[in-house]
Amino acid sequence: MSVAVIGFAQAPCLPSAGTTSGVETLVPVFRRALAEAGLDRHEVDFWCSGSSDYLAGRAFSFVNAVDAIGAYPPICESHVEMDAAWAFYEAYVKILAGEAETALVYGFGKASAGLLRRVLALQLDPYTVAPLWPDSVSVAALQARCALDAGVVTERAMAEVAVRSRADASANPYSQLSGVLDLDDLLARPYLAEPLRAHDCAPVSDGAAALVLACGERARRHPRRAWISGVAHRIDPQGLGERDLTAAPSATAAAEAAGLPGDLDVAELHAPFTHQELLLRAALGLGERVRINPSGGALCGNPMFSAGLARIGTAAEQVMSGRARTAAGHATSGPALQQNLVCVLEAS
Amino acid sequence: MFVLSAPLTISFDYTRSLGPVLGRFMTALRERRVLGSRTADGRVHVPPLEYDPATHAPVIDLVEVRPTGTVTSWTWTDRPLDGQPLDRPFAWALIRLDGADTALLHAVDAGSRELMRTGMRVSIRWAADRTGHIRDIACFQPGEVTDGPDRRDDEPVTVMTTPIRLSYTHTTSADESRYLYALADGRLLGQRCPVCRKVYVPPRVCPADGVPTEEEVAIRDHGTVTTFCVVNVPFAGQRLDPPYVVAQILLDGADIPIPHLILGLPADQVRMGMRVAAVWRDPESWTTTPENIVHFRPTGEPDAPYESYREHL
Repeated sequence: MSVAVIGFAQAPCLPSAGTTSGVETLVPVFRRALAEAGLDRHEVDFWCSGSSDYLAGRAFSFVNAVDAIGAYPPICESHVEMDAAWAFYEAYVKILAGEAETALVYGFGKASAGLLRRVLALQLDPYTVAPLWPDSVSVAALQARCALDAGVVTERAMAEVAVRSRADASANPYSQLSGVLDLDDLLARPYLAEPLRAHDCAPVSDGAAALVLACGERARRHPRRAWISGVAHRIDPQGLGERDLTAAPSATAAAEAAGLPGDLDVAELHAPFTHQELLLRAALGLGERVRINPSGGALCGNPMFSAGLARIGTAAEQVMSGRARTAAGHATSGPALQQNLVCVLEAS
Repeated sequence: MFVLSAPLTISFDYTRSLGPVLGRFMTALRERRVLGSRTADGRVHVPPLEYDPATHAPVIDLVEVRPTGTVTSWTWTDRPLDGQPLDRPFAWALIRLDGADTALLHAVDAGSRELMRTGMRVSIRWAADRTGHIRDIACFQPGEVTDGPDRRDDEPVTVMTTPIRLSYTHTTSADESRYLYALADGRLLGQRCPVCRKVYVPPRVCPADGVPTEEEVAIRDHGTVTTFCVVNVPFAGQRLDPPYVVAQILLDGADIPIPHLILGLPADQVRMGMRVAAVWRDPESWTTTPENIVHFRPTGEPDAPYESYREHL
């Protein structure tokens, strides 16, 4: 295999943290990711980021963040207006194409600067949907009801996802929410956006993450590495009424194209809502033996534009630390699981 | 020291060309009619598709569907957000109009969530003033009561405008806050990079070395014009009458120029290398803002030699 993850770091997920620019948040994250990878920043051939100006409310915020890289002498840099998992894909392809031996991928966002669920309306169709300002939690709720009506999920199964995620997050120092929840107590709580309750929804999180990639030869010099055996991403139609919201066909297609193995040990799924984890498990065909989101997942900390990258990094850590032989990192972008990326990581 | 933050509201209009499919869709909405697009498989899509997802051919077949329909999914909103279709509690719903095969997202004015259910029948409530915009549908209402089509209007809708308004809390970094607090005392503060020794005003993470700058450096409020432009164009929100000069000013002791106004002489007499000094507002009015300096004025000193600022253009 020709590309491996050799370093990963993230900032703690916080309800409100740092500056709007993200630069100061990124500096220590870069430092730790590069230290783990054993690389000096001058040894990074390609830098690629994911972020959105709409989170910061100012133009070209990703250009500001380049300060944290130290862009002198001039560097090779790129940006996607998506979760940095898609920047990861760009960097992966760049290395496969032989245009770089190493890459640092990062994502950042201060989701707390504005009203996130309203800001996210701007990712919807700009002609017939966004002008109505449907908020992201309501859009997810429409999907959840479709899944409930179809009998694909139950409110109890959704609450069980929250209970397990919060408990697992107790061991994750970067998570924003953790602890012991009582299932019946959760089901007695009021709806936030029926049929979603507060525990069904990821918190609004500020945060950042950085991941270091290296080509085969470079990666083999590093004691800790997670080989990438496949990456793919697919997209479903934008129109919410155009697709079956109870399934995630693009996740299924991405998993198939990435060669998701049947004997997977760990899956880090980017599911900002409880019902989405259940839909993704079905879409990816994950059986009972697969450990799902041992980090607690996005449900316990969902920094916009880096939560997906963090799933890949966290999955890679499982492999690098020897806790898993095979792991998958998944990222989603857009409303109601419209876009899905799957990355398969292996120890050898 | 507290990190400074302040409200930031941005607003702008998105003006979008509609093209042949959405143009006809919006034109029809203005006439209280809904059009769907028929793809090669015979399915009718509302909102319409511009291209057939299976054949990739442009969709040219538009058909009228009914203003009544069935809720296929819904959720309830107790506290509507700015810009949403209703300012009282309402339901968001996916609605399949009669004659359509796909569902449209819109608001239902049901009054109470107890009245909402999957499969319920709803109908369009048209906006009184229609312009050829998705919001010509004010919302949906339970039941099948609806207004018939309005008179036809020959002028097609080709453009739609959507106002965007977003509110943020902008937060500075600790270093930026130190700079702004110093401004409130009438001081200009820079910070020096521990690696390249350059002094940044305002302080920032060193863009050359990627490390935080730490050592504070007091900066004089005199400097040199490195480059400038004459603003001749009037624009919304402009505070000065053109022509006027916006310049990059390299403050003495700093290694990065700041942008500011040069006033006190005709615009065509401003030049590169000109020595300038800050004109401060009345100290009574100083706050944590760069506006404490109204503008820069010429000092009358001889111009600085080009070599002294050539690296900062």
